[in-house]
Formats: sequence, structure tokens, C-alpha cells
Amino acid sequence: MKWLYLAGIVGGTVCSDLLQSHGMRQGNGRAWKLPVAVFFMAISFFSFTQLLRIAPLSFAVPASAASIAFDTVLARVVLKEKVEFRRWAGAILVAGGVVLLAQ
Amino acid sequence: MRLRVWLLTIVVVLANVGGNAILGYAMKQAPATAGVIGSILQPVAILGIVVLTAWMLLRMRLLGLADLSFVVPVTAVGYVLSALAGVLLLHEHVPLRGWIGTVIIMAGATLTGLTEHSEKPLATPARSGKERPR
Repeated sequence: MKWLYLAGIVGGTVCSDLLQSHGMRQGNGRAWKLPVAVFFMAISFFSFTQLLRIAPLSFAVPASAASIAFDTVLARVVLKEKVEFRRWAGAILVAGGVVLLAQ
Repeated sequence: MRLRVWLLTIVVVLANVGGNAILGYAMKQAPATAGVIGSILQPVAILGIVVLTAWMLLRMRLLGLADLSFVVPVTAVGYVLSALAGVLLLHEHVPLRGWIGTVIIMAGATLTGLTEHSEKPLATPARSGKERPR
């Protein structure tokens, strides 16, 4: 159950981040992207509150940072952002540290 | 402009850590018989939700000013501070491996913060010489 909640947090966060970032920069995209982003954020949030009931804060919060790796890759692939080497390295370090912290 | 982005980033991180700590405390206090909604409707949980709502709105503004690939890794320091809050305020135990992970996360966030990042203004209607004259 713990991992199901975590999947809800990570999946909801990634979808919400992509839609927010894209929607905030395109005036005509806000109409549907931001409400859908809020919906995914709600999924992430409810999953987070339930994970907090069965897992420590020091696990729940860092483990949810697994979304960083997906966010960075999708920022490059979907949003076509220019992601330089140091930023890739930083994101990978953050994700690796989160994995250690979560174990 | 750059100073504004960094100040907003700091506020976003503090709101995230504070909200997580408050909500974490509240969810641990929730009775085992309380359902999903019941656990969220506790006064302390509502306070945590209010702080996290402020965090969400401020973060949306930040995402409108800077790249997602800048915002996400830099604000990741909030994950570490939340873990610290769990230890200091909620008396949780974090093993040595966890603290090593904490240091790596901080190094990654710092490395990302040292890179140049673009600041993108909110979109405005496109103008070009091919517009139809009125």
C-alpha cells in the first residue's frame, strides 16, 4: 500500500508540473491545462496525506522526490527546455540521494 | 529580476517544509478509525493544508518565471529540510545511509543552483508584420 500511495504522489506531481509549466507560459493554454494540473495535484496530495499516516515524514517527503528525475527528463523531451550538463548532474545527484534517504 | 526569482524560491521552500511538518504531525495524531476525509479535517491538518496551498500557488508563480528544470531541483532542498523536521520535531529516526543521502541531495541542489537559468516572461499575444490591418 505504501508504494501505491508513492506512485500516486510521483505520477500526480509529474503530470501537474508539466501542465503548470506549459500552461503558465502559454496564455491560451491556461484554460484547460491549469485546472487539469490542479486535478493531478489533488491526486498527489491525497496520496501524500495517506502515506503520512503509515510512513514517517522523513521517508514520505524524500521518497516523493523521485519525481525530480522524471520531471527533468520530461522538461527536456516534452517542454523542449535547454538542460545543460551541470543541471543534469545536479538532478541525478538529487535523485540518487533521495533513493539513499528512502532506504 | 534574478533576485526576485531567488527570494521567491526561498519562500517556496520554507512554505513546503513548514506545511509538510505540520501535516505530518497532524496525520500521526489522527485516530486510526478516522477515514481519509476525517483525518484531513482536523484543525492542525487544515493549517498544514493552508500552508501547502500557499506553497502551491507560489510555486506556480515561480514556474512561470523560471525553467521547470531549474525550479524542481533547486527547491529539492525542501525534501532534506522536511526530513530534518521529521527528526527534530516528530522524533523520527533516520539511519546513517539516510544522512548520506541528505548530503548528496544538498550537493545536487547546490550544483543545479550554480548553473545559469533562463527566466521566461508570461506569454503575451504574438505580434508580427503579417497581422491583418484593421
